[in-house]
Amino acid sequence: MAEFLFEIGLEEVPARMIVGAEAELCDRVVKMLGRERLVSDGVKSRSFATPRRLAVWVEGVAERQEDVAEELVGPSVKVAYKDGTPTPAAMAFAKKAGVEVGALKTVTTPKGEYLAATAVKTGRAAAEVIAAELPKELAGIYWAKNMRWIPGKPDKFVRPVRWMIALLGSAVVPVSFGGYEAGVVTYGHRVLFGEQEIPLKAAGEYEAALLKGFVVADVEVRRQKIRKALDAVTRTVPGARWREDEELVETVTQLTEWPSVLLGGFEKEYLALPEEVLVTVMRDHQKYFAVEDGSGKLAPHFLTVLNTEADAAGQDVIRHGNERVLRARFNDAQFFWEFDQRTPLKERVKLLEHVTFQKDLGSYAKKTERVRHLIHGWSGMMPPGTFDANAARDAASLAKTDLTTEMVKEFTELQGVVGGLYARAQGQSALVADAIYDQYKPVSMEDSVPWTVEGAVLSAADKADTIAGMFGLGLEPTGSKDPFALRRAANGIVKIMAESAVALPLTLREVAVTATNGDAKLAEKVREFLVERLEFYLREARGQAYDVVKAVLVAGSDDVRDAVARAEAVTAVRGSDDFAAVSAAFKRMKNILAQAKEKGIAPGAGVDAALLTEPTEKALAERSAELAVKVKALGVEKNYKAALEAIATLRPQVDAFFDAVMVMAPDAAVRANRLALLERVLGDFSGIADFSEIVPG
Amino acid sequence: MTEIAGKKALTFQELLFTLQRFWADRGCVLQQPYDVEVGAGTMSPDTFLRVLGPKPVRIAYAQPSRRPADGRYGENPNRLFRHTQLQVILKPPPINIQEMYLESLKAIGIDLREHDIKFEEDNWEWPVGGAWGVGWQVMLDGLEITQFTYFQQCGGMDLDPISGEITYGMERIAAFLQDVDSIYDIVWAVEPDTGRKVTYGEMRLAEEEQFSAYSFDYADVPKLWEHLKLYEAECKALLEKAGGLEKMDALALKRFPVLGAYELALKCSHVFNLLDARGAISVTERVGVMARIRTLVVGVAKMYAEQGALLAAGKTEPVAV
Repeated sequence: MAEFLFEIGLEEVPARMIVGAEAELCDRVVKMLGRERLVSDGVKSRSFATPRRLAVWVEGVAERQEDVAEELVGPSVKVAYKDGTPTPAAMAFAKKAGVEVGALKTVTTPKGEYLAATAVKTGRAAAEVIAAELPKELAGIYWAKNMRWIPGKPDKFVRPVRWMIALLGSAVVPVSFGGYEAGVVTYGHRVLFGEQEIPLKAAGEYEAALLKGFVVADVEVRRQKIRKALDAVTRTVPGARWREDEELVETVTQLTEWPSVLLGGFEKEYLALPEEVLVTVMRDHQKYFAVEDGSGKLAPHFLTVLNTEADAAGQDVIRHGNERVLRARFNDAQFFWEFDQRTPLKERVKLLEHVTFQKDLGSYAKKTERVRHLIHGWSGMMPPGTFDANAARDAASLAKTDLTTEMVKEFTELQGVVGGLYARAQGQSALVADAIYDQYKPVSMEDSVPWTVEGAVLSAADKADTIAGMFGLGLEPTGSKDPFALRRAANGIVKIMAESAVALPLTLREVAVTATNGDAKLAEKVREFLVERLEFYLREARGQAYDVVKAVLVAGSDDVRDAVARAEAVTAVRGSDDFAAVSAAFKRMKNILAQAKEKGIAPGAGVDAALLTEPTEKALAERSAELAVKVKALGVEKNYKAALEAIATLRPQVDAFFDAVMVMAPDAAVRANRLALLERVLGDFSGIADFSEIVPG
Repeated sequence: MTEIAGKKALTFQELLFTLQRFWADRGCVLQQPYDVEVGAGTMSPDTFLRVLGPKPVRIAYAQPSRRPADGRYGENPNRLFRHTQLQVILKPPPINIQEMYLESLKAIGIDLREHDIKFEEDNWEWPVGGAWGVGWQVMLDGLEITQFTYFQQCGGMDLDPISGEITYGMERIAAFLQDVDSIYDIVWAVEPDTGRKVTYGEMRLAEEEQFSAYSFDYADVPKLWEHLKLYEAECKALLEKAGGLEKMDALALKRFPVLGAYELALKCSHVFNLLDARGAISVTERVGVMARIRTLVVGVAKMYAEQGALLAAGKTEPVAV
């Protein structure tokens, strides 16, 4: 048994691709070794990655594959021997099995007597197997974007290969890939260790040897080193905190081999610019962490993660350089802010005629008109006093005007936010400004919904218009393709409906119908799409089980909040024995009705008390009728949990009914009446969820 | 090195000399800037056309690059209508191209041990040229100083061998080295007899002021459209004639003005940029006009590749590869 180490040295791999590739390489190597019988299941492995290398280490790799005995069946004895002499068929089989003809055995099969042999497949040396198999695994690694670099060869990889190490114990495995032959030499940090070679004597030395070369190869160690350094450096500013930003920590972890953190500052005057702009410049453009003071307000500092370790003098130089760049960027932002104010948003409305939303759907001016119209239609449905229709419409008028500003042209990720900030600066009411600010929210399942009702209405109307427009052009998402992010838009609508501070009194059907302007077929398509996203929302955002979601949506899929409440109620009670039993009974009723229908037997028009003969069916009819009244009342109150608990109390009557009564009685009238009873029970109690969809737990 | 703001730093022209010397010493032929308006050094035929085909190339040149929409009337300290790119093309890229590049930084006075340098993913694409590559923006203490690209396709054709392209942003690097906050304060040269410093502003500010005004306020839109049409028609006519390259005799073939057609396509691109700066192209029109220019540029690239292949095939001595 030996340790195996493989490292591939590359020119800087894009930060966003490193984590995935690291895991994939490790997985591929371990699986390959398993497939080749060189390691046993659950073997210990580790992986490493930096911008310039991916590596995997596996323990307990056999030096050779074990020999395997294999039972082979050959030609029939009749064919194999002629007059007791082996024919060419027998000889060929013996050769294939690697045994003498004399060593061949015979076996009896249902088809007759056949030749057989025990062939021994000799195991190959691990080095030979790895050298043959590993290049295929490397070539199979997925890269979001890759490149060619070897003249005359179609080989593609993420970036050019610069070295490889493949060591089994202390012996080199001759892996060849990307124009390189694996050896024993790796390299350290570009600047801190330079081009010196780091030769490894054994696989186990890898991590420690790289540390001496100023490379932290373990991603988690690097991540923690960065977090600790961010904390430590921030502590030098009394009361300050760095703004947590997991995504940015991830990015800088994958941009560095030997990270350290440096604190920089900027002139306080820039704090007059909106925080959103400052943070975007620092975070998205410079990959700096923002720093806030004790009260959570932005402080005139930033943290940058270096890929080096500098002494005090070096830090001064690097700090000075970074501060210089940030100052120039802030200056630009300030210039855009002042320049943009010269043309207020109100005056930009007409400019939207020249900004195309989509070539067949026209300009943003047209879109604005449609959204305004939609909001106008919805306004009438809003409960009085909860909604400022004028503010919502004003916000809609100005919503897209920030697309014409220099600020948004430079910082596209701030669209909406810039509009909101400008609206406020230009004297629009807080309601209008906030609605504009939040118009793209929620941008993901994790994002919050707009803060105000006006913002919620604007966001939902904007998204509904986009979906309806694109569907109208036949541009709906297909499979994994969703170039216009319509699923995200629909998810946003559903999330707003479910979570806005004030409930929007709109059903998904109403959204679909109003946004599609009288095209019934299109409205139905949009409605189905929204329901599909509601299903997704219930499962992914609310963690509801698949069967619960289905049961609930069969009973009704129009009212988002109601569907959420019903799903939660079902999940709350589904564990009880009584509920499970009643659910199972309901499923049985549904099956009986379906079978009867197949046979052409129709239930009676209603339940006729006179035809109820058995005491248990009388009991079920009476009790269920009483309960139906109660359940209905609880349903009106939206007290679904109590309603479901009430339904579960029907269990004794249901159980007794099925124990004693045969629904498909020989007497046609009795039979039809019993079917009518089942139909009534199902009908009365399926308003919250269709229990027959519930899978017994 | 010259004493600037209390520190020793290269003047703008010393920076240019040093980098050119550096790459000349590494086998690059120094070319003069191309004399037709281009938006980037990549568009010069010394890059765009030379990366096509199998012939190895090492070339370097400083290319003034015009971007009419980026003009700021000389009022913004960081933005220019016309900036200077130092363009290095290495085809095929040597194995140690990154190390060579880092050495060039040392040559201009950047001691990497005192700085933070990162290669961050940044892929390049010029859709109008059917061209793209993968690579990095090189960040020095948070400042993007270089665009580093491995060309993969040009004129819609896969490249083999590929080229390595290094594009230095000269103004940014000079401002960094001299530690000045405005491009216009960069010391371009120092008069040896008097020690007087000639600034970037002195050399170029008027140009920025006037060309910004021309691009944004004066350029005659109907005439620009007319120019575009004329250049396009002439380029197209050449492309059509190039349909018969195969049938030409050796002399006609080598004299066929593919390079002229390329200049006409570049003219179209520049006129388009002017119209764009003038706000004369609606978003809807934009896609269409870009497609028209793409037809020209990609057509020329194909024609260039074909001409090269035909000429190479017709030679009696072995073709240099």
